[in-house]
Amino acid sequence: MTEIQAGKEEAAAAAASDISSVPAIELDEVVKEYQAHGEVVQAVKGVSLSIAEGEFFSMLGPSGCGKTTTMRMIAGFEDPTRGSVRLHGRDVTDVPPNKRDVNMVFQSYALFPHMNVWENVAFGLRRKRVPGAELRRRVGEMLEIVDLTGREKRRPREMSGGQQQRVALARALVNQPRALLLDEPLGALDLKLRQAMQIELKRIQREVGITFVYVTHDQNEALTMSDRIAVMNDGLVEQLAGPREIYERPATKFVAGFIGTSNLLTGTAERFDASTVVVRLGEGDRVLVPVGEGARTGGQVEVTVRPEKIRISREEPAAGVSAVRGTVAEVVYLGTYNSYAVNLAGGAEFTVFEQNANDSSITAERGDPVWLSWQPHHSFAIGS
Amino acid sequence: MSGPVSPAPATRAPAAPARARRGRTRWGGRLLFGYTWLVLLWLFAPIAVMIVFGFNDIKSKSNVSWQGFTLKWWGRLGDYPELTTALWNSITIALLATLVATVLGTLMGIALGRYRFGGQGATNLVMFAAISSPELVMGTSLLSLFISVGVQTGYWTVVIAHVLFSVSFVAVTVRARVVGLDGSVEEAARDLGASTWVTFWRVTFPMILPGVISGALLAFALSIDDFVITQFTSGTTTTFPLWIYGAVRIGVPPQVNILGTLIFAVGVAIAVINTVTSRRRT
Repeated sequence: MTEIQAGKEEAAAAAASDISSVPAIELDEVVKEYQAHGEVVQAVKGVSLSIAEGEFFSMLGPSGCGKTTTMRMIAGFEDPTRGSVRLHGRDVTDVPPNKRDVNMVFQSYALFPHMNVWENVAFGLRRKRVPGAELRRRVGEMLEIVDLTGREKRRPREMSGGQQQRVALARALVNQPRALLLDEPLGALDLKLRQAMQIELKRIQREVGITFVYVTHDQNEALTMSDRIAVMNDGLVEQLAGPREIYERPATKFVAGFIGTSNLLTGTAERFDASTVVVRLGEGDRVLVPVGEGARTGGQVEVTVRPEKIRISREEPAAGVSAVRGTVAEVVYLGTYNSYAVNLAGGAEFTVFEQNANDSSITAERGDPVWLSWQPHHSFAIGS
Repeated sequence: MSGPVSPAPATRAPAAPARARRGRTRWGGRLLFGYTWLVLLWLFAPIAVMIVFGFNDIKSKSNVSWQGFTLKWWGRLGDYPELTTALWNSITIALLATLVATVLGTLMGIALGRYRFGGQGATNLVMFAAISSPELVMGTSLLSLFISVGVQTGYWTVVIAHVLFSVSFVAVTVRARVVGLDGSVEEAARDLGASTWVTFWRVTFPMILPGVISGALLAFALSIDDFVITQFTSGTTTTFPLWIYGAVRIGVPPQVNILGTLIFAVGVAIAVINTVTSRRRT
């Protein structure tokens, strides 16, 4: 604990003195190509990232989007075909993994099965020839942080998944790396444990103050823990922003669809007034989008709105809000909220969440004609 | 355990099929019990006979009928110097062949299990051929090979031959272990600062060690009792099995039974140790 704090202060002092605000990790136009069945496959198609010291940074995307390959290039297990990797300003593109000051937590934990917990955690310090007394102290402190004191003599296979996860974490963190890379570390745990570990990880990250780079395909995990998220798809970063912005203002159609549920509309944009663009759909329908949210007049635009922002009603809503008509296709009761599937007159299908705030019956039944409405600033036009 | 005692009238009806089922499993259990002991008897009867006849107080050369108990052969183990030499040859050949076959076979097993390389299919095929080809074929082909290249057959050609047929068994055993390894464990070692050399000795090797030990034991067992291939490649060198084969015509002395008993005891001890330690290891 004290050691870690001391290390943190050292790092902070070093950062303040000479290399002020040098990013912990920088990727510069990194490309990774593979040969597969005689043809070149690009797993990563030019990713540039800058991850700040002490940041909890997530790479989020579906499987095969290049997020794990990107992380493995930071760790040194994959050589970039083009581009460079810098750790704290130092170019490490050609440095082998054992000479890089980052540590990784593997998806399968990758604990050494023939060593007990204590030996597993001490492995990295042994390689650095840390003297005996200091080594014992640091291993002991780290086991305390991950709440495994008293289980030093256990073998990995004698432990539960959550415990193995914490051993893997301790084994990496005890080396006080400049950054910790986590490759879907909670993927193998059940939901309850996963949620507990998310909070636990965040606590540990705050406690040790080390940069965390977190790879996941689970949007909730990324939104819960991250300072910033890089949403990846097909070898490229689609959007790089904080969780709130990613959710509220997805930059692309892919991001809108991948993070949470999104409703998508296509229509022709017309000028409405100085601050709002109106998108025409069908007769009587109007969708208002603030000017400057990418909406141009005269062209086809795609507009997205989150299900929980939409109000469902039987009466036509007042002017000044977006309003579209539709027919309820399905109503699903989900405890905390009701979910409606609504077929719009224009052909699109909308999902609407209605908070279950009062115990009165639901607003509309299957087959009912309804109005959907939302505030203009809750919808925005996106690129594709 | 007898059947249920005085069941209440209400439960009698459902109890009947349960009793029938239990009766069937009891019969099945007895059958399995008897069958198991029959198999064990079948397997161990010859060994028991060998052990017992090491204590047979025979007067002539023939050791086939029981003539009374004695311990005197245990004190006269060295009566046949050629037998002692043959046994010593067998042991040293087996140790040498095991050592070489284990090192080569382990390297082969790692290469075959871990990497994709040109000639991999051919290597697998040749290994399989070495395992499956009849000893007679391998023995004769080795003999003709040694003759055609002008190598005098003897102790060292036996060692070479034994390495040849046992290396495939080691390679196959180790390969199975390597294929089952999680590659990210080695990456984790690298990530934690271990060089490739340290990673191999601290992580990879301990993880494949059970396979290496099994392979080595297999190689030793195959080598020490090999007859056919040894017969073709030994020249004037005599091994334990060759000596016994030669002695059969004039009567096998009880010393052979005793040596066989000792070899069997060592084998059992090694098997027990391996089982116990591998249970602790993996």
